[in-house]
Amino acid sequence: MTLLSTSARAAAPPPRRARFRLRKEAWAGWGFAGPFVAVFGLVFLAPIGYALYLSLFRDRLIGGTSFVGLDNYTEALTDPRFWDGLTRVGLFLVIQVPVMLGIALLVALAIDSGRLYGASFFRVSVFLPYAVPAVVAGLIWGFMYGTRFGLVGNVNEALGVTLPDPLSPSLVLASIGNIVTWEFVGYNMLIFYSALRIVPRSLYEAAAIDGAGEWRIVRSVKLPAIRGALVIATIFSIIGSFQLFNEPSILQKLAPNAITSDFTPNLYTYSLSFAGRQHNYAATVAIVMGVITAIIAYAVQLRGMRKG
Amino acid sequence: MTTSLTTTAAGDPAGTPRPAPARTSSPTTRADAPRRGRRVPDTPLNPRPSLPLTLVTGLVLVYTLLPLVWLLINATKDQNGLLDSFGLWFADDVGLWDNITRTLAYDDGVFVRWLLNTLLYVAAGAGGATVLAVLGGYALAKYEFPGRKAVFAVVVGAVAVPGTALAVPTFLMFSGMGLTNTPWAVIIPSLISPFGLYLMWVFAAEAVPTELLEAARIDGSGELRTFLTVALPLLMPGTVTVLLFSMVATWNNYFLPLIMIKDPDWYPLTLGLNAWNAQAQTAGGEAVFDLIITGSLLTIVPIVAVFLLLQRYWQSGLAAGSVKE
Repeated sequence: MTLLSTSARAAAPPPRRARFRLRKEAWAGWGFAGPFVAVFGLVFLAPIGYALYLSLFRDRLIGGTSFVGLDNYTEALTDPRFWDGLTRVGLFLVIQVPVMLGIALLVALAIDSGRLYGASFFRVSVFLPYAVPAVVAGLIWGFMYGTRFGLVGNVNEALGVTLPDPLSPSLVLASIGNIVTWEFVGYNMLIFYSALRIVPRSLYEAAAIDGAGEWRIVRSVKLPAIRGALVIATIFSIIGSFQLFNEPSILQKLAPNAITSDFTPNLYTYSLSFAGRQHNYAATVAIVMGVITAIIAYAVQLRGMRKG
Repeated sequence: MTTSLTTTAAGDPAGTPRPAPARTSSPTTRADAPRRGRRVPDTPLNPRPSLPLTLVTGLVLVYTLLPLVWLLINATKDQNGLLDSFGLWFADDVGLWDNITRTLAYDDGVFVRWLLNTLLYVAAGAGGATVLAVLGGYALAKYEFPGRKAVFAVVVGAVAVPGTALAVPTFLMFSGMGLTNTPWAVIIPSLISPFGLYLMWVFAAEAVPTELLEAARIDGSGELRTFLTVALPLLMPGTVTVLLFSMVATWNNYFLPLIMIKDPDWYPLTLGLNAWNAQAQTAGGEAVFDLIITGSLLTIVPIVAVFLLLQRYWQSGLAAGSVKE
C-alpha cells in the first residue's frame, strides 16, 4: 500500500518536490474520499451524536423536556419489555444463525467440490431469494403458513389432519427464523463460495499428494483458508439478528396476537417512538442495543481470529 | 445444464462462468489431466459429478425455489381461486395477464406510481452510493492522505451499528430539516454503503497497479483524468458488484421509508404492498390478496432479472474483491 513505488523512490526526486507531491496526493485523496465522508457524517455520525444527546433528556407531560442524566439508561436496563425482546432475539440468534450458516457452508463446499451436476444453476438458484425484498418474502411465507389459502391449510384439508399453526405464539419465532434463513442462505453461500474460489489450488494438490482425502482437505485446508469469510458472515448474521424488524413487522399483520409490539428490541424502539412518541427513551433503547451488538460482534471477531 | 457438465468434466471444478482470480495456479494440471485416454482417477483434483451429492444439495434448491414457484402459480389466481385451489397447482381459471392489469389499474394505478418512486430511489440512491463508494474506495487504496486510517476505522466500526439505532435520531433530524415525507429522506441515507466502500477499497488495491497510475502522472495526466481514463475501466467488475448490491438494498428497503414517508404518493413498492396487506385487516378495508400476490411477483421480477443478466460481472467482482484477508 506504499504510495511511492520502489521505482519512483529509486529515482530519488529532490526533497522539495517530494513534499509537494505528498501535499498534492493529500489533496487528491481527500478530493476523492471527501464526498463519501461528508454524507457519511450526515447520515451516520450526526444521528449517533444526536441519539446520545436525546438519551440524556426526558419529555414530561408537565414541565417540558428536562435533563435527566443516565436515568433513561437505568430504566432501559431494568425494563422487562426490553429484556423480553432481547432474550427472544438471543434465542433466535443461537439457533437460526448456525443453521443458516451451516447450510450455506455445505452448499458452498458442494458447489466448489466440482461434484455437482449443474453447479452454476445451483449457485444462481440458491442465491435468488436474496434479491427478494423482506416484505415480499414475509408476505409469501406468511400466506403459505396461513390456514386459509396457505400450504398448511391445503395439507390439513387434503390429509384431514391439523398441523400446528406456524403463526401461533409458540411457533411464530421459528417461522420467522425459517423466513430469514430462506432469505440469506444464498447470500452467505456466495460469500463462502467466493472465498473458496481464491484458495490456491496448489494447496489441494499438495494435500492430495500427502494422501489427504476429500473430507480431510475440507477440514484441514479449505475451512482454515476461509476462516475470515466465516467470521465476517457470522458477525453480519449476529448484527442482523439483533436488528430483526422487517419479517416480524410484516407477519404482525397476519398474526397480531402472536407478535407483540415489543417482540424484538427494534419493534419496541419503533413502537415507542412512532406510536408512543417517547423519542428520548426510544433513542436510549436503540443505543443500548447498539452497544450490546457491537460488544458481541467484537467478541466473536476476537475469538474467530485467535483460534489456530 | 449440459454446458456446465462438459466444463466440469474438462476439469474446471467451478462450472461456468469462472471468475478470474488474481492467482491462476497450476493451469497445467487442470487442462491436462482428464480427457487424456483411459480412466482418470476420481480425486479431489479431478472430481467427477456425483448423483447422490447432487440430490442431497438439491433439497436446498427445492427449499429456496419452492416459495418462488408458489408465488408464480398463485399470481395466476383470483381471490376465489386462492381460496378454492391447492396452493401448488393452478386454479381452473388461469389469468396471470388479467391479474397484472388489475394490479396496475387498482386504486387509480397507484402501483405504477409506487414503481416509479422505487425507480427514482434506486437510480438516485443506489447510483449515488456507487459513485461515492468507488471514489472513496479508490482514494483509500491508492492515496496516502492524512486521516486515511481514521476514515477506514470509523466506517468499518459503523457497520456494526444497527441501522435501526440510527433510525429514530435520523428521523428527528430530517424532520427538523423538513425532509421527512419527501424523496430526499429515502435517497440521502441510501447514499452510504459501508460494505460498498469496503469492497471497492479491497478491489481497487488489487485491480489498479500503482505503477500504471505513476506512468499516467509522468505523462502529465491530472489526478481526475488518471482516475477516469486509467483506473475506472479496471474498476468496472467491482463497480458493477457494488451497484447491484446497492440496487437490491434500495429496491428492497422497507424500514427507512416506513419511518420517513407517510404520504402514499411517495411510497416505494415495498411500503405499498405492506399497505395493501394491512388494508385487509382494517374494518371496511377491501381484502386484495390476489393483487398483493401478483404485485409481489411484479416487484421481484425486475431485480431478479437484473441479477441474472449481470451475474457474470458481479460474481467475478465479488470473488476478486470481497472477503480477502
